[in-house]
Amino acid sequence: MSEFYTSTDHFVLVPALLLALFGCFVLLADFLVFPRPKHRRYVVILVALGEAFTGAALWRQHSFLSAHDLASVSAFHGSLVVDGMSIFFNWIFIAAVLLVALVSYRYLETEQEHRAEYYGLMMLAQCGMFFLAAGTDLVTLFVGLELMAVSFYVMVGFLRRDKRSNEAAMKYLLLGAFSSGFLVYGFSLLYGLCGSTRLDRIGEAVTERGPFDPIVFLALTTTAVGLLFKVSAAPFHMWAPDAYEGAPTTVTAFLAVGSKAASFAFLMRMFLYPLAGARPAWEPILIGVAILSMTVGNLAAITQNNLKRLLAYSSVSHAGYILLGLVAGNETGIKGMAVYILVYLFMTLGAFLVVVALRRKDLAGEDVDDLAGLIHKSPVEAVLMLIFMLSLAGIPPTAGFIGKYFIFLSLIETGHYVLAVVATLYVAVAIYYYFRIVKSMFVGEMTDTVPLMGGFGMRIALGVTGVLTLLIGVYPEPFLQFAQTSLGR
Amino acid sequence: MHPITTAHYVALSAALLLIGTLGVLTRRNIVIILMSIELILNAANINLVAFSRYWGPENMNGQIFAIFVITVAVAEAAVGLGILIALFRNKETVQADEIDLLKW
Repeated sequence: MSEFYTSTDHFVLVPALLLALFGCFVLLADFLVFPRPKHRRYVVILVALGEAFTGAALWRQHSFLSAHDLASVSAFHGSLVVDGMSIFFNWIFIAAVLLVALVSYRYLETEQEHRAEYYGLMMLAQCGMFFLAAGTDLVTLFVGLELMAVSFYVMVGFLRRDKRSNEAAMKYLLLGAFSSGFLVYGFSLLYGLCGSTRLDRIGEAVTERGPFDPIVFLALTTTAVGLLFKVSAAPFHMWAPDAYEGAPTTVTAFLAVGSKAASFAFLMRMFLYPLAGARPAWEPILIGVAILSMTVGNLAAITQNNLKRLLAYSSVSHAGYILLGLVAGNETGIKGMAVYILVYLFMTLGAFLVVVALRRKDLAGEDVDDLAGLIHKSPVEAVLMLIFMLSLAGIPPTAGFIGKYFIFLSLIETGHYVLAVVATLYVAVAIYYYFRIVKSMFVGEMTDTVPLMGGFGMRIALGVTGVLTLLIGVYPEPFLQFAQTSLGR
Repeated sequence: MHPITTAHYVALSAALLLIGTLGVLTRRNIVIILMSIELILNAANINLVAFSRYWGPENMNGQIFAIFVITVAVAEAAVGLGILIALFRNKETVQADEIDLLKW
């Protein structure tokens, strides 16, 4: 028996086990233990407890790796791995879930759709993310991806009486399933290359056959379509604005940071390991996609009036910037991607938290005009939003600058001068639409006097995201170290 | 008579992928779009099983992968139809082009 489930296997799997257990327990506890709505706060405590246990398990994995000076521990016959990268990304997921869960309580009360399923789905989605960050086998990765995606389809449609939420979920599901189809078709060809679903074997077969072998090329393009869809890079971004706008804002926030980070972990795992041998074939594709993402994201964001839609297009352009790190592909580039994703977590989550706070009874608070005069009404939120906007635009001394700096540096190091110039020019475009928001907050006339959604959770979440966005900007050293040790090979 | 080889299966699955993709892109009824997506997933399944056979009787990875794909496809279809029912309650339509509240 022990051959099938060794102690190493258990050690590697513990975070996912805990997440799945707590996710299911939250679902069960809802109608068995705490049936009444006022008990819902205990469900939030359960989530926090689950995250604490998961964090402890991750910490154990981390200290085991550093104590034995190991780069990675692999389990289940090479289908799961604990390495710096999986640990790094799992910390990001934990931070995202905790910050989003903190503000969900009040928000879902306002939407009158407060159900415990929401928290259960969030933890199950996070369980899928674990497998995306730690999987080294096509089956594991695919099932993890679908666990995350199906949970998100339901969460996006969580406001079931709201037409826009239904519509967003339907569009997200159709396009998501379509792209998964392509991805799994690519996977089937990758399996056909070598008769194994393990990424290391596939890597050997791809290197042996060369990048322009027809089957390798077909497998590469279909897999790339699926992956690029998940990170919402143009021209596969069509779902993002609709899903972001229609979803409950807390889900939008989680989708923007959690799903994006997990998909990038998956994408890095695929392109850096099994598909590394096909680099000459995918590099031009990624360059094209990155430029198109920055163009579409930045230009379409200019004309948006809905804040969630604007941030969706901005997230498309950020996906373009992160992909540039992979195009450069040297150590600075990979580190740059990790730093960018870390920074992106705090600044994007922060911006969405302010949008969540704008939602009040009978007030949607999703338009740029709803921010008008915010500095007079709630100066703290206005200043924090200013910080997040500066950071999203990439202006020092905020975190966004650090993220962009390493990406640009890696491009220059590897001689992609034209790309670096193009990417820098789009920062100027981005400043325009981020500052439309800032102008509305600081110069606009107040349209309503209803105070913003407050509460303990909101204050903590805004505080954490705001402080970290500034801290990474002024004192990036420990965070760079964290990214470096996680992804340095 | 020529024997059926792996190449025939791969050609069949490529044809299914194409039919499914055309279905998703041209059809307007959401139920039919969901069916077309199933076609794409089954194209992958045919590939997986054919390659599993090609790599010898000992190699079961592809067949097991195919079972996982079928399971995931069922979960996706269940959630998809659930969302479609919620949408139909509010909008009384299953035509993709009439679902147009969200656009730029």
